[in-house]
Amino acid sequence: MSTLTTTLPPAGIQITTDSATEPFWQAAKENRLVAPRCADCGTFRLPPSPFCPTCQSQNVDWVTLSGRATVYSFSIVTGVPGQPELTLAAVVVDLPDAPGARLVSNVIDTDPDAVRIGTPLIVDFIEIADGWKLPVFRVAAEAAAPAGR
Amino acid sequence: MSASGPFDTAIVGVGATPYYRRGGSAPQTITELAGKAIIAACEDAGLSVKDIDGFAYYSGAGAGYGQSMDTATFMETLGIPEVTFSAALTSGGGGSAGSIGLARAAILAGDATVVVTVMALQQVKQRLGTVFGAVAPSPENSFLQPSGLVGPGHLMSVLARRHMHDYGTRREAFAEIALSSRENALTRPKAIMRTPLTLDDYFNARMIADPLCLFDFCLETEGAVAVLTTSAERARDLRRTPVGVVAAAHGGVREWGRAFAWYGMPDEYFASSGHAPIARRLYDRAGITPDDIDVALIYDHFTPMVLMQLEDYGFCKKGEGGPFVESGAIRYKGGSIPVNPHGGQLSEAYVIGMTHIVEGVEQIRGTAVNQVPDAKLALVTGGPAALPVSGLILGRMA
Ligand SMILES: [Zn+2]
Repeated sequence: MSTLTTTLPPAGIQITTDSATEPFWQAAKENRLVAPRCADCGTFRLPPSPFCPTCQSQNVDWVTLSGRATVYSFSIVTGVPGQPELTLAAVVVDLPDAPGARLVSNVIDTDPDAVRIGTPLIVDFIEIADGWKLPVFRVAAEAAAPAGR
Repeated sequence: MSASGPFDTAIVGVGATPYYRRGGSAPQTITELAGKAIIAACEDAGLSVKDIDGFAYYSGAGAGYGQSMDTATFMETLGIPEVTFSAALTSGGGGSAGSIGLARAAILAGDATVVVTVMALQQVKQRLGTVFGAVAPSPENSFLQPSGLVGPGHLMSVLARRHMHDYGTRREAFAEIALSSRENALTRPKAIMRTPLTLDDYFNARMIADPLCLFDFCLETEGAVAVLTTSAERARDLRRTPVGVVAAAHGGVREWGRAFAWYGMPDEYFASSGHAPIARRLYDRAGITPDDIDVALIYDHFTPMVLMQLEDYGFCKKGEGGPFVESGAIRYKGGSIPVNPHGGQLSEAYVIGMTHIVEGVEQIRGTAVNQVPDAKLALVTGGPAALPVSGLILGRMA
């Protein structure tokens, strides 16, 4: 079995926010995965941005998602400069309850060979720099197993 | 305008420094490297640097990653007396080929008469390979950077994976692009990589962003290249055989947009190069089809993006890029559409697209090291990258 996948060292992961993206990260602090849905036409968008690309409205409903996702595409990243021991499963995921919006993230704690296009995932949250939390994903079956590693 | 001319503008001079491995161009500065390339291009054309009155950059006049070029600095140190046009295409390397269109626009508008396009690149302060991992966090890249997709090749590996999934494309196809480029570089005096590359070498190489390995990534080199564009009328009186600007286009559609840093692209764009709209406009303007292109200088920062451009430029059908390249179609020797006979950014040198313009010029002049016999039309591309991406068709003056 290969090395299990992980993230970049969490303490070194920094994010910043603006008025459009702040609610996403505030919700993540509460272990909620959210996405902005246009309050006028219902179009989801990620990353959050100031306008709805369909109708240009700035009115947004922040929808709490189920946390379910599927792998749309992915890459197994190794040999990151300064982090030679890490194996990262970098994924682009579809969010079934936010159609049209995708998120770029990591699948953690899995054999990299277990990651496939279409693999079902479930969200988890890890603590990163400055008190923020980052949504990451686990293979769904694994997430259903009892907590603790 | 048609492929047989007459053309309104022409490339009349190209110049370059030697190409260096990362760190090898020190202690020269960006201004020094760029200046040497500009002087060399002027000598090639039979013009004085004092004849330059326009600058048409791309990449926002950036020089590689984090450094920049400046028209006023060039004027001061090279003694250029007056400039009547100074502008840049936005974003990054996607604009390389299109910057010749910017030069053309300036000339046709009467804003300038001799326009230089220049790129200089050093990678000591910031290397290409990890450029996205190194930038300060922004609200936008906070949705990307934590994933560990630290460089453009990492980002594009995700597109490559989807192409493999959608169309059955194999790593053997990516390997063929690397091997073909290397074979072409072997005869090139200036090429950085001049030792043969085998399929075993390819499959034994370190994976960087699986499905991509070391040999799918372009070189991290240094150097500068300059290209001079002027009116067709003036071009006829200069030293070298003028190379006509048949068509140039830059831009792209929203579905490509921020491209691989956004990932919201619908299926048909996700596993693509984003060049399909550029290809349509180029062929329309030139009044030609892909069959008319004799040699293709395809921006090759990462092998899968060459494959996807071959599809978007119509050399094969969408999704058939894998079998197409595996058939040997892109080989300089025996291929139906020779791709990057100069060895490209994968094996000759990476100067953010400029070496492709130089090779296009040399192919049309008939002076290329690996000359495609009787080449009349050359395609040059810039990007895939965040929009604009761009393309250029060069041809013989009627
Ligand atoms: Zn809307």
